[in-house]
Order: sequence, then structure tokens, then C-alpha cells
Amino acid sequence: MTAITIEGVTKNFGPVHVLKGIDLAIEPGEFVVLIGPSGCGKSTLLRMIAGLDDLTAGNIYIGGRRVNDLAPKDRDIAMVFQSYALYPHMTVKDNMSFSLKLKRTPSEAIGRAVGNAANLLGLNALIGRKPRELSGGQRQRVAMGRAIVRKPKAFLFDEPLSNLDARLREQMRFEIRKLHRDLGATSVYVTHDQIEAMTMADRIVAMNGGIVQQVGSPLDLYDNPANLFVAGFIGAPAMNVLAADCAQSGAGTELRIGASKLVTVDRTLDVARVSLGIRPERVRLASADDGVPAEVVLVEPTGLATVAHVTVGGQLLNLFTTERPRITAGETVYIRVAPEDVRLFDPETGARI
Amino acid sequence: MFGSKTRRRLLSIAHYVAIAAYVVAALFPLFWLLKVSVTPNSLLYSEGVRLWPSSITWDHYNSVIHHTDFPLFFVNSTIVSGVTAALTTLFAAGAGYAFSRFVFRGKVWLVGLMLVTQMFPLVMVIAPIFKLFAPLGLTNSLTGLIVIYTAYNIPFAAFLMQSFFDGIPRELEEAAMIDGATRLGAVRQIVLPLTLPGIAATLGFTFTAAWSELLFALMLNSKQEATTFPVGLLTFVSKFSVDFGQMMAAGVLALLPVCVFFFLIQRHLVTGLTAGAVKG
Repeated sequence: MTAITIEGVTKNFGPVHVLKGIDLAIEPGEFVVLIGPSGCGKSTLLRMIAGLDDLTAGNIYIGGRRVNDLAPKDRDIAMVFQSYALYPHMTVKDNMSFSLKLKRTPSEAIGRAVGNAANLLGLNALIGRKPRELSGGQRQRVAMGRAIVRKPKAFLFDEPLSNLDARLREQMRFEIRKLHRDLGATSVYVTHDQIEAMTMADRIVAMNGGIVQQVGSPLDLYDNPANLFVAGFIGAPAMNVLAADCAQSGAGTELRIGASKLVTVDRTLDVARVSLGIRPERVRLASADDGVPAEVVLVEPTGLATVAHVTVGGQLLNLFTTERPRITAGETVYIRVAPEDVRLFDPETGARI
Repeated sequence: MFGSKTRRRLLSIAHYVAIAAYVVAALFPLFWLLKVSVTPNSLLYSEGVRLWPSSITWDHYNSVIHHTDFPLFFVNSTIVSGVTAALTTLFAAGAGYAFSRFVFRGKVWLVGLMLVTQMFPLVMVIAPIFKLFAPLGLTNSLTGLIVIYTAYNIPFAAFLMQSFFDGIPRELEEAAMIDGATRLGAVRQIVLPLTLPGIAATLGFTFTAAWSELLFALMLNSKQEATTFPVGLLTFVSKFSVDFGQMMAAGVLALLPVCVFFFLIQRHLVTGLTAGAVKG
């Protein structure tokens, strides 16, 4: 049995169609990340699972039970908000025990649950403090603690790390992931940060314009994006997308960028133009006899790797390499692309071909 | 460096002088009230303009308390103002919460309508109100005053409360609702404690408004038993003379409940009035 099933869910806010028929099955214990640009409907979908927004059409099941008309309190889910939503007038301890008190849990059991959660999250020293006396990272932990004391059927996270600085974000990413491993609870996590999605998810649900664009494991989405949206959204630096002309060449098709013959794929294409996608790390530097010429526009060394922006046939292209090539802006280099690294998309629809 | 330091100091002195000037100007009438209330009648016109009389007396207070109906007016005013403040705040909190949190049909019209009620001067509606109230037995009664004060204060109080509710993030209630509370439970346990400053401000505002209202109290009620103190103050004005001493003594006494009330809520009020300024 699935943990959460979403069936043909749509949502309209007046004339605005926010979600246009979402289907999704989340397995027990799975960590699913909903990702997409702002306004894609990911947060709305999460709020609908939580019961904070009504459905226009469709069904949501949690643990096999249809919850469309169930109040949030009866759904047995916990949610961590972007703003943490800690109760300002309550101490850390009261914040964490609030839900258990509402359930009339005996006070020894509450004490034990809060103690365990505080231990797990390293909050023991802060238990008597009010939220305003805590740092951002500590507040984040209390919000997590409030969620885990309940042992809910599912955890919902609404961009919980957006308000933290980069270093803390990295650390909390690790902690949430570790917590998930230890607790094994089904989690739905909303973010617009593709690094969070890539590093945390068992499965990523990429959304855009109220539609699920692709569902799959992080590397699946990275290696085999279903369309140009996913290709552009997942991965940083983003996948290069070039407008290429197709020319039949024996059993294969020659793909040209302007005057340069970039690569030959061994399949026939019955279109004249395609969008050619290639990951920056798959663009390799080559010598003059097995590469196509490219002009270097900008070189960005990050220490770990170097990103070079080059133009081929007038089109901009990123090249990512962990070697430290001695290239400078204005220079001409030669690049090579392997046929198996190329992903082709329909320039009109953006769909993979 | 030195120049800017001196300038800063001068500026801050100027600030304090301005504030002091304002406080003196604002409090001077109150001082005068107190001064006249303790000035013996014989010295009132004979000493010229003095900041403090050469001898003081408590006679005015004595006669106001023992020989006039002021204690009754006082009780009346306290009942009317207290009940008005409580009722208005209750309704305004409900309305303000709805305006802040819910989207519903006709919201814009409702808000507009409430604003319209604030547009008319009271004098214009007095006659129709009297016409309405007389057959209902609401004239010459404290209940009538409570009804009209409550009705008249609700719109502004509702907008005031709405701004306080707007300042409380929606997620707090949502978190409470997910934590297992009903909406009402979330409001009671999470929103209400956080809105205390707003409630205090609304209570204070309505209490003072009702406490000092004269027009309705004068026009709707003519019997002694239903007279509030602002109307009572007028009894010191007779055709031929004004008993300033007793009037001022009554005025000082009338200030007391308001002072006590504000003293009780001031801790919440200060945070309340500044709450909108800094978004937490």
C-alpha cells in the first residue's frame, strides 16, 4: 500500500489554474522532493496534502484513507514551514509538546518524547528558551523537533531551508537526511533549490506550470531529462541547449551548430532542426584535429573545477572541467562531444526525441 | 568629526525640548483642572491668574461625592463604558479575524459599508436613532447607550483588530491546526495570546470613547438614573452661573477610572501600538 496517493488533483484559484491534474504515488518511507520554479504549484500541492487548501477536483489518500474532507488535525501528518511557524509565546519544550498535549498524552510520555527529540536534535540546552532567543538554525531544529515528537504518518517540508545561510543549509540538509534515515518516515519536501532536490531525494517530482514534468531518481532526471524544462532546471551549471541543424549522414545524423559539425548521432531524425542538450561536464577540450573550434568568452575557476563559457557557431556553451586548463578569454579552443552524451529535444514542444 | 558630534548633541537636545514642549502643552489643561478643583470658591476670581492658589480645599470633592448624584453617574458610566468596551472588542475581534483570514463573497462591500457608517456626523443620525429606540424602550436606559456605542465603535475597532491579526503569520495557525487543533482551538491557544496587545488597545480605545461620549447620552437619556457623567458635568452649568470648582472636581474624579484602566493595559498597549511598525 502506498503512503500517499494523489489522484487527478486540480486546483483553481478563481480563474487561475494552479494545478492541472496531478497523479503521484508515494511509497512508505520514501523521501520525495517536489521541485519547480515559484508559482509551479508545488507548495499548493503540499498544502493540499496537509489539508490547508481545498482540492478543486481529484482525490488524496494518506495511508489508504481518502482525506479530501478531513481536517488537517485528523490527517496525522507533521509539517515544517519555511518560516518555522514556532509559537512565539511558548518555550521550545512547549512548542514541541503542543501536539501531544492536544492529544491528551500522559505527561511522562510527553516528557520522554520531547527528551528524545531534543537529544536527537541537540536541543537539550535550549529547552526552556523562547523562539526569539534562538538562532535561525536552532529554530529550524525546533521546528523539526515539533514534527518528530508526534511520530506522524508523513512529514511535509515547505522549503524549510530557504531562510538559512548557505553553510547552515548544507548542514541541515545532511541532518534532515540523516533523520529520515533514522526514522524512516515518509517525507514530502518542497524546494526550488535543485541541489537540495538532488542530494536529498529518493525520488524527484519536477513540476512546472501546474503539471508534473518528470518523476524519477535524481540521477535519472539528471541524465535523462524528459524535456527541456527538466534539463534546464536540474543541474548547476545547467545543461547546454543549442539549436542544431540536422543533416543525414549514412545511418546516422550529423548535428551542426552554425558551420561547425559538432557530433554525429547514430540514429535517423526526420526533422531539420533539434535542440541539442549536453551537460557542461560532457563537453571536453580536444585538439585541433578531433574537435570543433570554440571561442573562449569567460573563464570561471572555482578551485574544485573550472567553468569556461565558449561560443560555437555564435551560440553560447558552458564547459565544466576538474582539470585546470590553461585557457584565457579571447582564445580559440577545440571542443569534442561524444554522441552518447547528447540529448535531443523537439525545439517546438521541448519534449525529448 | 567634532562638528558632527556637536551637531548630533544639539539635535538630540532639540528633540527633548520639542517633546517637553508638547508634553507641557498637552498636560497643562489637566493641571488646570486639578488646580481649579482644589481652589476655594472665594479665591477663584480674586487672586488673578496664579499657577497654584494660596490655600487649597477639598470641599468641592466632598460636595460632589456627598451632595450630588455623581456617584450614580459614575457607576452608570462605568457600566456603559465597560460593557461597551467588552462587547465591541468581542465583535471587533471576530470581524477583524474574518477580514484578516478569510476570503468570502461580499467582503469588499461589507468593508465599504462599515466605512460608510463612519462617514456621517453623529448629529445626523440622532433623530432616527431616537425614533428607533423609543418604541423599543431603549431610551432612558443604559442598555440603549451600550447598544448604540457598541454599534458605532465596531467598524473602527474591527479594522484595528484586523491590522493586529494581519501581523500574526497565518502559518502559526496552520501549524497549530496540523498539530491537532481545530481552527477555534488554534485561535484560542495561539492567536489570542499573541493578540493581547491588540485587544488591550481596542479595549482602551472603546472604553475612552464611550466614557467621554456626550451627544447620545444627552439626547437619548433624560432621567437621572440613566445619566452618564459627561451629561452630569453639565448640571454644574446653570442659567446664571457655572460652579467651576465642583465641575473640575467631578472632572478629576472622572479621569480616575480611565487612568486606572490605562494603567492596567499600558504594558500591552505600548507593544500594541508599535506592533504594526516593526514586522516581526
